[in-house]
Order: sequence, then C-alpha cells, then structure tokens
Amino acid sequence: MSPVVEASALEKRYADFVAVAGIDFRIASGECFGFLGPNGAGKTSTMRMLQSVSLPSAGTLRVLGMDPRHDGKRIRTRLGVCPQADNLDPDLPVIDNLLVYGSYFPQARAVTARRADELLEFVALGDKRNHAIPELSGGMKRRLVIARALINEPELLLLDEPTTGLDPQARHLIWTKLRELRARGVTMVLTTHYMDEAERLCDRLVIMDGGKILAQDSPRALIDAHVGQEVFELGASAAEARDFLAGLDLCGASHEHTGDLLAVFLSAKHQLSERLIERARGAGSRYLLRNATLEDVFLKLTGRELDE
Amino acid sequence: MTASTSFLHGAARVAGRNLTVWRRYAAASALGNFGEPLLYLIALGYGLGRVVPPIDGLSYAEFLAPALIVSTVMYTATFEGTFGAYTRLTTQGTFEAILATPVTISEIVTGEILWGGLKSAFGATVVLVVVRAFGLVPSWLALGVLPLGFLAGAMFYAMALCMTALSKSYEFFNYYFTLLVAPMYLFSGVFFPLEGAPPWAHRLAQVLPLTHVVAVSRALVRGQPSWHTVGHAAVVLGCAAAAMALAARLLRRRLQI
Repeated sequence: MSPVVEASALEKRYADFVAVAGIDFRIASGECFGFLGPNGAGKTSTMRMLQSVSLPSAGTLRVLGMDPRHDGKRIRTRLGVCPQADNLDPDLPVIDNLLVYGSYFPQARAVTARRADELLEFVALGDKRNHAIPELSGGMKRRLVIARALINEPELLLLDEPTTGLDPQARHLIWTKLRELRARGVTMVLTTHYMDEAERLCDRLVIMDGGKILAQDSPRALIDAHVGQEVFELGASAAEARDFLAGLDLCGASHEHTGDLLAVFLSAKHQLSERLIERARGAGSRYLLRNATLEDVFLKLTGRELDE
Repeated sequence: MTASTSFLHGAARVAGRNLTVWRRYAAASALGNFGEPLLYLIALGYGLGRVVPPIDGLSYAEFLAPALIVSTVMYTATFEGTFGAYTRLTTQGTFEAILATPVTISEIVTGEILWGGLKSAFGATVVLVVVRAFGLVPSWLALGVLPLGFLAGAMFYAMALCMTALSKSYEFFNYYFTLLVAPMYLFSGVFFPLEGAPPWAHRLAQVLPLTHVVAVSRALVRGQPSWHTVGHAAVVLGCAAAAMALAARLLRRRLQI
C-alpha cells in the first residue's frame, strides 16, 4: 500500500533561517505518527507543509499521493487540520462554527449538517450546541476544534499540539477521542512536546531538533535503543556523583550528571540496580529506580539545556 | 472536477461567512447606516442649508443627499476592510483557519472584497431610503446608486485591505483615516461644489477616488447622466481593479508565512 505521506530531503527555508533542514519520513495508512521536539525544532513548519499551505523550499513531499505544489486544493479537501492556536470563530455559536467551516468543503449542506450533529455528540458537546465560543472552557474549545477538523471526513488528520495548556481531565478525554479515531482507521499526524502523549498515542514518531530528525521509531524501540529499561536516579552534586561511581563497575551502562541529579541508564542485562540501591542506602542518599520513558530519550537526544 | 471546489464557490463561501456573522448584528449595523447620514442631513442640509445659497439651482439638502449615500459607502467599506478584516487576519485567526480548507488566498481576498461591496450596497440602500423619504430623490435612475455602491464599496474595501495587509496594529489605521479617508470625505465635493475652486484644488480633488463616486451618484440621483458620468464611472472601475490586484498581492505576502 502506498504511504499517506512521503517526504524526502524536505526543506523549509525562510529569509533569515532554516526551519526544516532536510528530513525524510513515511507515514502509512491508519498510523498515528508523531513529531516531537523542543520549541523551534521545525515541527510546526513541517505540519504547515503537510497542510499544503506553506510550500517546501526543497526536497519532495507527497501527501495522499499528490504534490502540494500543484494539488494543494485537492489535498486540503481530504485533510483535517487541528491548529495549535484556537482559531474558532468567536462571532459564531458552536454549531455554526461547524456549519460554516463545512461550507468551505465541496460537500452538500445536508451532509455537513448531519455530520455536525454527529460530531458534537462525538466530542461530548451536544448540549453546548447554541453556546457562544467565549463561554466554552479550554478543553471544550479544543474538542470543538477537533470536531471541526473532522467535518469533511478526512483521510488524514493533522494535530498540532492537541492538548497543550489543558488540565489532566481534558487531556485524557481528548486522548480517548483520538484513540477512537485511530481505531476507526483515520491516519493521524501529531506534534507534541508532551512525552506521555506521544507514548500513549503514537505508533511511530520522530524526534526533531534544529530542523533535523534525530531518531525515528516506535516509542518502545526508541526507549530500548537509546536508554534501556530502567533509570536509576540519585540526588547528588558533581563531587558526590564522582565519589558514588568511584570503583563501581557499570558493566557498560551509560550515565549522565546534570544539576544535582545523577542518572544511570539500565537494561535488563546489566543487573546493576540492586548494587546501586545498596550503595545509595549505605551513603544515605535520595534515590529513585523507575521505568525508562520517552522523556529520557528526548532529553538525551536534544540535550537538557534550554536553548531559548 | 468533483474533488475540489471552484474559485467562485470558495469566494462566495468567504463572503457567506461574513454575511452569516453580520446577520446577527444586522439591526445595529443598519441603525449606524441610517442614523449618521440622517443627522448630517438634518444638521447640515436643513440647518446650515438655511443660510447657504442654492448651488446650480439645488437647495443645500438636495446637493448634499446624493453625496451622503456614497460617503456612507466609503465609511462602511473602510471600517469593515480595516478593523473588521484586520481582526479576522490577526486576533481571530479566521483567514488562517480558512486556509486549512480547500479555499485559497485568492478566494479569501475575492470573497472579502465581494463582502465589502455587498455590505456597502446595503448601506447605500438604507441612505437612499432616508433621503427619498425627505423628497430629495427626483429620478428613478437613483436606483443606479446600488450597483455604484457595490462597485465603490469593493474599491474602498480593497484599498482598506491593502492597509490591513501592511498593518502591525490597530493604531496603524489612524494614518490611513487621518491622511486619506478624512481628506477624501472633506474635499471630494461632498459638502461643497468643486466647480469654482482654484484650479490646483480642482486637480487635486480628481486624484481622490471619492470625487468620481460622488459625481456619478449626483448624476444618477438628479437623473442627469452625461458622458462625464461614464468617464467618472470608468475611473472608479479602474481604481477598483487596481486596488483589488494590490490587495491580493499584499495579503498573499502577509498570509503565506
């Protein structure tokens, strides 16, 4: 089966900087594909190119088998876009936001009206039908944006930071809805800087920084390859960490010290954790043994310093 | 092609969106179109008019009425094309949202200008009804101010859209209103005849688009069109086309990040 999105050596340059510096990826039908990266990594620029609004500066991009340079209109007819900033129409009530947006697509008014009703139920806003947009909470607005993105029954749904700024309840509800969509076979592309979100939703993802792709795989495979299974953390200054590690055979496990924290990355074959814990107890230090997460991969690859 | 929409469909939907919003505030909008010219007509046409001698055989109210129709058009289109469109461009993200659909930038610009023309034609209709009620419309040709209102509205809207595409804040529009819109209002033959003004002033007035709109409106309302009227209408048409082309270019640059 041909991929839904295929990019090779894709670049986006603006007058004074390079936002996307040559990236390659393929997204298969029915897949949930994630772009992770710190602010300024090039995620949103990539999304805008997938949206066929901003055109690539170089490289090739095919979306739904078409070239955004020539077929932007036809591509967007089959896309759903959930933008980062809420751009719901505050001049219109909830239901009209769906009806007016639907009118921009080549579909019959009756079809739009029926889908709008279904979608309001789907995102649990059926009782908010005639409410004004400013009356909605952040989570409700987000759900309405997702409903709006689905008004044309898109084959590909683009979600730019779908849960940024929402409280935990609102995030979980959105994740439930997105998993339902994935189960229905909708191909999804999402950007996020929440690692738990990426781990929960994405089949595969790329980690981006500085316009480049640093790693690309399933969340589990990325964790295994770059971090291991467990992380041992110890509260320790640089000198304390040196003392702690002195004379200890780490059996090839990697470690990292930042600020006041020493982290040792463990895989099953190391069987180090018991010795580390014993040593920490002996020294009376604070320690934590936890599962490795995508966040460990992310920080390892993109660095712990803020580059803002 | 069934997979995508036509240019006109897209433009019509953009205008349709604005119409849907406007319908919710239509009463307030109509009151604005109705109230202000009425006050000017009473205060200037009948108040000041008592001490103004006839102009070309017309009372001052008769002289003023056709111009009030089109000055309303100018203000309606200019406010909508600056503050209204700027809000859709920036704070509300309306254009950004539409660009995620099959609708293109050109269709947004065309739809917006179409909307500017329609809203202005509505404003012209309201003022026409008012001045007709005062018995200031002697000719049926006055109905021609409706298409004139549409055309002039589209022109003023497109001019305003150029400012919107260049603007970084609402305050920026003060330049436009103070340096162009207000002088146009005052020196385009709305309040006093340009004939008899010093030649340089007369020539300067010809540069202002509103001058030509006022000339056409007066000829239609009085029922006395001439070849001059056709010339003035041609200037309006030319300015409208130029402003639309420029607006499309500037807004494309602004939106295509």
